[in-house]
Amino acid sequence: MTAYDYWSITQGALATISLSLVSIVLGVPLGLALALIRWAKVPVLDRFVYSYVSIVRSCPTVTLTLLVYFALPQLGLSLDPVPAAIVALTVSTSAFNCEIWRSSLVEFPRDQYDAALSFAMPRLTRIRRIVMPQVYRASLPALVNEMTLQIKSTPAVAVIGIVEITRAALRVGSNTYQPLPPFIFALVLYGLIVFALIRLQRTVEKRLRSGGLA
Amino acid sequence: MTHNFLIIWQQRDVVLAGLLNTLILLAVSGLASLVLGALLAPLLVSGNKVVSRVAAAYVDAMRCAPFLLFVYLIYFGLPTLGINLSNWSAGALALILYNTAYMGELLRGAWLELPASLIESGKAFGFRGLTLLRRIILPPVLMRATPLIGNQLIQIVKDSAFLTVIAVSELTHEMTGIQATYFIPFAAFVAAVLLYWCICLAIEAATGMLNQFAEERRA
Repeated sequence: MTAYDYWSITQGALATISLSLVSIVLGVPLGLALALIRWAKVPVLDRFVYSYVSIVRSCPTVTLTLLVYFALPQLGLSLDPVPAAIVALTVSTSAFNCEIWRSSLVEFPRDQYDAALSFAMPRLTRIRRIVMPQVYRASLPALVNEMTLQIKSTPAVAVIGIVEITRAALRVGSNTYQPLPPFIFALVLYGLIVFALIRLQRTVEKRLRSGGLA
Repeated sequence: MTHNFLIIWQQRDVVLAGLLNTLILLAVSGLASLVLGALLAPLLVSGNKVVSRVAAAYVDAMRCAPFLLFVYLIYFGLPTLGINLSNWSAGALALILYNTAYMGELLRGAWLELPASLIESGKAFGFRGLTLLRRIILPPVLMRATPLIGNQLIQIVKDSAFLTVIAVSELTHEMTGIQATYFIPFAAFVAAVLLYWCICLAIEAATGMLNQFAEERRA
């Protein structure tokens, strides 16, 4: 493996990180919105959200990516590989994030909500001032955990031709006829990214326990 | 659009063969990784530092690696070491090795929740080694871990779709073939998603029933 090969795999790492970052930035608030719909028991819509989450959570990311990239053009919506990958990753992470937000919303103590209600706090202030600060603290560890899983599911978008770490390593391997070194280098890169996220999670949890960041 | 779904229906032999292959992969690798995970769990909680470190390093390596990369590693890496496998066995081997780590880890979690007195009294009655594991420790651990094992089985179903990249003829692979032949991507992939959903609903129902049974036993 030449220095250029290492460099091309590292460039793949940039694609992996930016794709997962974009899908996380879009998917976390989307998940919250879905969770709020289910929590508020909006009629009809909450049944839709329930089925959406159930279907997407059981759908392999590869199949979802193929569906978005190849099937949407049939409905008149053609996407380039990068937007298609972002849509597929966002759809899948939003379903998992929805469940995380929902489980902390369900555990939110009802009496606090009622107390805010008895002070005649408007609905939005109630959610923003009373519910969100606590729910956000409760969900953060699980959300970071889902981010690590998200990093690990990005290779799925390689099937529509996006060059991220795994695909870059595969290309180097087929050029040099030595598949092992690039794959091991790719493993090291993934290890570093996941390790950085786990460290982040520990720091965040420590900060939360000492009362900051809220 | 309905016409496209009719084509899928006409191709039901191919679709069902793919579905069956996915189910076989699920059964083989689910069972094997559960058994191997049950053997890995005692190594993870072992008092011997070296043994537990090595086992934990294996689990951590698997948890850091994306499944697709691991599939490539097995499929392209093993032949360079002189081991040649068919696509199907390479895929199954990847599924088993990868999920063994997760199964071992979740069984370890359930094991640590066991009251120490249970194991102590088992030892006091003269149980030792594998018999202790099989008769005293594993039954409550497995019952406790049933919902988590169900989740992991769903994960195996989802991981098996990655095997399309090494041309294992599972559900996603067959559907890709059909959509390429008849140019009906929407119908093909929606049908695939719905079939995956059915598999996962069945797994959830089965683990729910097992869990209820376990709770009745415990009560």
